[in-house]
Amino acid sequence: MAAAEFTTPEMKEFAEVPRLQPGAMAQSKPFLASDKMNEALGFPGTLVPDWHEKAIGRLGELLKKYRSLKVYLDACVHCGACTDKCHYFLGSGDPKNMPVARQDLLRGVYRRHFTLAGKLMPKLVGAQELTRELLDDWFNYFHQCSECRRCSVFCPYGIDTAEITMAGRDILDTVGYGQKYSNEIIGKVHKVGNNLGLPGPALLDTLQGLEEDVKEDTGVDVRYPLDEKGAEVLLITPSADFFAEPHVESLIGYGKVFHAAGISWTLSSKASEAANFGMFIGSYEQMRQVALRIREAALELGAKRIVVGECGHAWRVAYSFWNTLTGIGAGGEDPFALQLQNQLDPAHKQPTHICELTWDLIRRGALKFDKAANDHRVITFHDSCNVARASRMGDAPGGQFDIPRAIIRAVANNYFEMPAGTTHEATFCCGGGGGLLTDELIEIRVKGALPRMDALNQVVERHGVNFMATICAICKAQFTKVLPYYKFNRGMVGGVHQLVSTAIRLGEA
Amino acid sequence: MATIFFAALFYAATAIFVAGLALKVADYARTPAPLKIPTTPAPTTTGGVWLRMLREVFLFHSLFKSNLWIWTFGMLFHAALLLVLVRHLRYFTEPVWFWVAWLQPFGIYAGFAMVAGLLALWARRFLVERVRYISTVSDHLMLALLVGIGASGLGMKFLAHTDVVAVKAFMLGLMRFDIQPLPAHPGLYVHLGLVALLMIVFPFSKLLHVPGVFFSPTRNQADNPREKRHLAPWAAELEKN
Repeated sequence: MAAAEFTTPEMKEFAEVPRLQPGAMAQSKPFLASDKMNEALGFPGTLVPDWHEKAIGRLGELLKKYRSLKVYLDACVHCGACTDKCHYFLGSGDPKNMPVARQDLLRGVYRRHFTLAGKLMPKLVGAQELTRELLDDWFNYFHQCSECRRCSVFCPYGIDTAEITMAGRDILDTVGYGQKYSNEIIGKVHKVGNNLGLPGPALLDTLQGLEEDVKEDTGVDVRYPLDEKGAEVLLITPSADFFAEPHVESLIGYGKVFHAAGISWTLSSKASEAANFGMFIGSYEQMRQVALRIREAALELGAKRIVVGECGHAWRVAYSFWNTLTGIGAGGEDPFALQLQNQLDPAHKQPTHICELTWDLIRRGALKFDKAANDHRVITFHDSCNVARASRMGDAPGGQFDIPRAIIRAVANNYFEMPAGTTHEATFCCGGGGGLLTDELIEIRVKGALPRMDALNQVVERHGVNFMATICAICKAQFTKVLPYYKFNRGMVGGVHQLVSTAIRLGEA
Repeated sequence: MATIFFAALFYAATAIFVAGLALKVADYARTPAPLKIPTTPAPTTTGGVWLRMLREVFLFHSLFKSNLWIWTFGMLFHAALLLVLVRHLRYFTEPVWFWVAWLQPFGIYAGFAMVAGLLALWARRFLVERVRYISTVSDHLMLALLVGIGASGLGMKFLAHTDVVAVKAFMLGLMRFDIQPLPAHPGLYVHLGLVALLMIVFPFSKLLHVPGVFFSPTRNQADNPREKRHLAPWAAELEKN
């Protein structure tokens, strides 16, 4: 089925809050997962007959497991602070894309079944029964949220719609109503080791091709090793880096950084994927299983450091969750954590973001650059949502903003910020995150990109920006697809390490 | 008759308020937060988290970043409510604490500010399309309840006085289980009845935002996942398999 035709929203100098257009995106929904995809993850293949009972039961379980869910379903006062903060609302005008309204899809059912007021006076407190129509609304609108957390920055109680969306998707999976894109990909990770289903031999072939390309370009033998035991660094990077444009340019950059710094490193065919879509579907168990591959690969290869490539949600999972899920980190005192932590080098942060590693080398003068090599570029930086609002780099809060920018300034001469309120913690999602990067959702993806396109347009017009750097595989893929809808060149988007790659001096050939 | 009714009402309302809230807080405290999810940039230390929480609770920092109208009216209401509550301490203390006595005149202005803030917030529910869309009947009723409390209180101060000395005797009597007569005054009945209603609905309504904010993981967690292993009991069970 081709996506229905739609109109790309107009860019404006001063972004406006749209008037409500109820039902504007009611038809937007992702493909359903097939029974095989669902069953591979232990979910029912298709919608179970007793879905109502099961859904309410699962909500009850989640309420016992997640304080966030319980508090956030109770605490909202409908103040309206979040109503103009979601990029999908700003781009579509559909009121159910206002964070509070999205939450209320679940909150109404919570009130009806788990609160006294909702049981006694459902109409009064906005409680609603979980009907088939509402279940469909869950499926449609919980897949119009990229779990970007922008609303949580602005909520007086810190209510994070991502937590609600994740719970909603978890319940949908539990009743056999899962989303194809995410579930299919998680299945591939379990089976093959990465999101793209790229088997080991193909990977090796690709990496050898890269070595030849770089040799041809630079005359230097930069290595892109796979499964090398005893390498100091195990690099975990999104599989898009292996062949997608512009992603691969950053992978080339990582290799050059390791080469120039003389750090031995390797990729792993078992853990050839940084992405962890278990987070998108809100499943702790899936997220844990996917993360355990990294642990196993690290133990097998004997790596001393685990470094993560340019990927937004992957960095959230790695930075915020890996220590919890797999013991990659420090401070664990249980045998499970100690096994790995005894192997990893405590002198380094575990895991380390590739930008932390590169910036550390730059600061110590270990890398040399020819900044003029980037002079054909006028650069801006798009903060990826999961890096900005769900992780950190370096020692101080906000390092996730400063370090990538510091790298860009160290390797290039022309840099301009997009307008305040669209970057740093208030950054707008690219529109394709959270499991939405699939063709059938192109309309909501294009509309959700509007706030970023508005901001980009301003620096394009004022400063002639022609390159938007970012450190996320999903951002790169999304912008490559969506930029042309707004009459921008798709080649405008690229990685921070693409810029590093252009300017780095590799020493004598 | 009214005395007995209000005495019983206040004992019941207090019991429901305290027990209901205690149960909710215990429930929040017992429910694990399995993952580190502070909204970043976040403080990396416990001291930093305290500062962040103080900024949220007393200055509504996130709301300030979000929407200056809601912040202004919300701040006006909450700060005024705090002053009004402090002013009312004189009904429950003998002798009245010096700082409560000192704050009395400000509490009177605060009564007006509180009602003004509430009316402004209420107006938003009609005037702003987005807020109108999300407002439920209970959102309006809650505002009506609070405005009713404020207005009936102001009415007794400025329109039809009641015997505040007797009211104080009644309240102190309640606290000492020695019931004293409540003045017969319709305004007072309305005021006390609405306050009791507010206490009763508190643990079952969106007023749970008061304890809720303290338990919000995006605000009360330190950003230190790489330095400390954070493991919920149910998640630790998974490692035994």
